[in-house]
Amino acid sequence: MVLISKQKVREYGKGLAVIALLLVAWECAALVIDNNYILPSLTEIAEVLLHPAQPVLGGESLIANTLVSLKEVLTGFFCAAALAIPVGLLIGWSTEVQAYLNPAIQILRPIPPIAWMPFAIAWFGIGINSILFIIALGAFFPILINTVDGVRGIRVRWIEVAEMFHATTFEKLRTVVLPGAFPRIWTGMRVSFAIAWMCVVAAEMLPGTTAGLGFLIMYAYNLGQLDVIGAGMVVIGIIGLGADMLFRAGQARFFSWEGKD
Amino acid sequence: MAESVLSISGIEKTFHGEGEDCPALSGVSFNVASGEIVCIMGPSGCGKSTLLRIIGRLEHEDKGSIRTIAEHVGEGVSAAMIFQDHALFPWLSVEENIIYGLRLSAQKIPDTEMQRRVDDLLSLIHLTSFARSLPHELSGGMKQRVSVARALAIRPSILLMDEPFSALDIFTRRELEDEILRIRQELKTTILMVTHNPEEAVYIADRIIILSERPGVVAGIITVTLPHPRSPADPDFIRIREEVAGRVKGRNEVGCAIQHE
Repeated sequence: MVLISKQKVREYGKGLAVIALLLVAWECAALVIDNNYILPSLTEIAEVLLHPAQPVLGGESLIANTLVSLKEVLTGFFCAAALAIPVGLLIGWSTEVQAYLNPAIQILRPIPPIAWMPFAIAWFGIGINSILFIIALGAFFPILINTVDGVRGIRVRWIEVAEMFHATTFEKLRTVVLPGAFPRIWTGMRVSFAIAWMCVVAAEMLPGTTAGLGFLIMYAYNLGQLDVIGAGMVVIGIIGLGADMLFRAGQARFFSWEGKD
Repeated sequence: MAESVLSISGIEKTFHGEGEDCPALSGVSFNVASGEIVCIMGPSGCGKSTLLRIIGRLEHEDKGSIRTIAEHVGEGVSAAMIFQDHALFPWLSVEENIIYGLRLSAQKIPDTEMQRRVDDLLSLIHLTSFARSLPHELSGGMKQRVSVARALAIRPSILLMDEPFSALDIFTRRELEDEILRIRQELKTTILMVTHNPEEAVYIADRIIILSERPGVVAGIITVTLPHPRSPADPDFIRIREEVAGRVKGRNEVGCAIQHE
């Protein structure tokens, strides 16, 4: 059984109080405005949220759209991690590799992933591949930068221990550098997931998509159904929060050793 | 006298810094016999640690030769090093830390043999019940015992210890010195240890090699023939300790410093 301390309860209580206040303010404003083309009431939004398996606006259900977005995010995210972690290890490990790659990375990094959308469509066509490209691009840099920092933070002494046992370069990377840098890599992944989640919604809003939360929001906007938009936003927020909590729990579970050396 | 396990002759080493050269060792020669405990002492900055790191292959000598005789033919590593800061991998359990060197490709040891060795070593250092603990859950003395076990696991022909107990309190230190003597008794381990503490040297060493101020050369060798267990209150002990302390004295104000992390 998980016991939550009084302090935690108080902490959560404060956060929940603010959320409750915002909801009340929203509902009051909706009552005053009384126009659901401007501000839908919470009851209308809740109505959509409470029937997540029912078709929305004649299309797929809220759950189906959520799953489409989630699948896209996970695919793009894992592609980004699969590329960013090895490249980050190499850059962190070798000053030579860093000298070659760093300038290019620093120039590409600040460009918002969405700015690549026209190119993505030109290269991959309208649809899933372009969306995945944008997500992977958004998720790539935070993982890369954190991996490089993680490798830089590895203690020289740990490498010396591996050398003392005659480890090969690959063994040093696999048994010392990767696990030693992993807490930072994990942090990068946490940041990346949040960015990937933002990218998917934005990418799905572009023409040519037929499913996903971003699509649903845009489609509802075209039909003037602001309650559906509100419901979509709530789902996005909750999943983002849930993912962040999972990453935090993973951090506490797997990297309890961090900083206690 | 028993066969030499380590034989070094004419070791020279100069570090090349920015604008100035820093000569560390200038022709150091000595032998270490099988099963012997030899302590290296000398004024701070005389190149003791550098010498040990050269023998452990973490640095390369400019001139001279090092010969280690592998006691177990076919096993890759002939010298294993123990650092002042235990240098355990914080993400690995006690057991995994001990087995670390055995799992690398330099060692070709069957899994059953690995487990047997780890079990034996855990009981040797009295930490069997901590096999699955992480290093940060152990005290300083326990960590250093794990570090000793990790080095012993590969059955090195010589154990190199670089001020291994200097970060520990006086009681833990004496306990570990006794443990080293016991391990030598049981496993016939050959040990070469750098220390700055004359009492520690006289307490455990068969011979004490005194290095001169930088650049270090062998300035003298003191053989300690007192029977074990030795008592620091024994007049002979005190006499030898004072002799060692007197010969180690010396300032080293040469304007360059060598830093190994």
